[in-house]
Amino acid sequence: MKITMPRWFYQLASPKWCYDILGMLSPWLGLAALILLSVGVVWGLVFAPPDYQQGNSYRIIYIHVPSAILAQSCFMLMAVAGAIGMIWKMKVAHIVAKSAAPIGASMTIIALSTGAIWGKPTWGAWWVWDARLTSMLILFFLYIGIIALYSAFENKASGDQAAAILSLVGIVNIPIIKYSVEWWNTLHQPASFTLTKKPAMPPEMWLPLLVMVLGYYCFFAFVLIGRTRIELLEREQKSGWVSAIINEAR
Amino acid sequence: MTPKRRQRLTIALIIVLGTSLIVGLVMYALKQNINLFYSTTQIVNGEAPKDARIRVGGMVLKGTLERDSNSLHISFWITDTAQKIKVEYTGILPDLFREGQGIIAQGKLDANGVFQADEVLAKHDENYMPPEVSESMKKAQNPQQVPK
Repeated sequence: MKITMPRWFYQLASPKWCYDILGMLSPWLGLAALILLSVGVVWGLVFAPPDYQQGNSYRIIYIHVPSAILAQSCFMLMAVAGAIGMIWKMKVAHIVAKSAAPIGASMTIIALSTGAIWGKPTWGAWWVWDARLTSMLILFFLYIGIIALYSAFENKASGDQAAAILSLVGIVNIPIIKYSVEWWNTLHQPASFTLTKKPAMPPEMWLPLLVMVLGYYCFFAFVLIGRTRIELLEREQKSGWVSAIINEAR
Repeated sequence: MTPKRRQRLTIALIIVLGTSLIVGLVMYALKQNINLFYSTTQIVNGEAPKDARIRVGGMVLKGTLERDSNSLHISFWITDTAQKIKVEYTGILPDLFREGQGIIAQGKLDANGVFQADEVLAKHDENYMPPEVSESMKKAQNPQQVPK
């Protein structure tokens, strides 16, 4: 069995090429994030109609849902990047995974805390040990474990390897989070917003949510690119292209 | 792909499939423990442990809510559409508690089969709609009862 990867896949392995390409993409993603997030926040928090049962407190979904989606997407990205780094020994892939971990952890904290704030008035409890909430908390601990592993080794390559393995193990948690509300009796309601089904809310409610989700993705990409470029510079500080950038700046 | 890479790909796949298998088996073994609550049918059939604090979930039956005028004591029936049980509770209810709404109560079954709850949580569903839409849906369902 012979698998050949396309040319761009190997170009990704070049730190300099990545640094330049990401630098070109960065301002556009930042601008898109700024526009989408400001439109989405104002639309969702001010202009969207209130809910017939929860009134205005439901508006926290415009923060809660995108954070929860990103927390999971980020983990999947980290696991895929970790696997690529492990199989092809591609340094850049490990750098991307490492840069993504703290962003994903922050998204998980936002999702957990906004959920608790919403849970108190709606359910009557800040926290309940149901399958959705617990699996999300496990996701947070996985992020913390991965972040710790990256800095637990003197040798960076060993840290990368260990964190990649933990993210491959942890990826099992992602389908559990997603389907927890269907497999078991939980207090958390099923998804209101999926790619496959008609949303369980009218367009004037889900359109701002969609804008927020897209905005979150752009923001995530923007921050990830920034962190990746810094990590690239740091790890490649002895190489010629980094010295060239520094000399140019002087 | 070089043989070395193929070997590492196999290791990655084994890690993912292996953990999925382990976690899958653990979850299968703990199936009942992961459920947050028992349905009313499970309780009526005696599947829930007696003399233990358990949670029961269901819909509050319309027209069964009785409030004591002198205290916070209330009683209502909940159902999963197949079986129903009576719940008694003393305390403050969450805002979303109303007849026809899903709830989860924590407490114990007493000797008469009445569930003595010490905590009541409201379960929200995934549907959201503006108040006007909900009003017009109600009007469409029972045209006689439109408030003047």
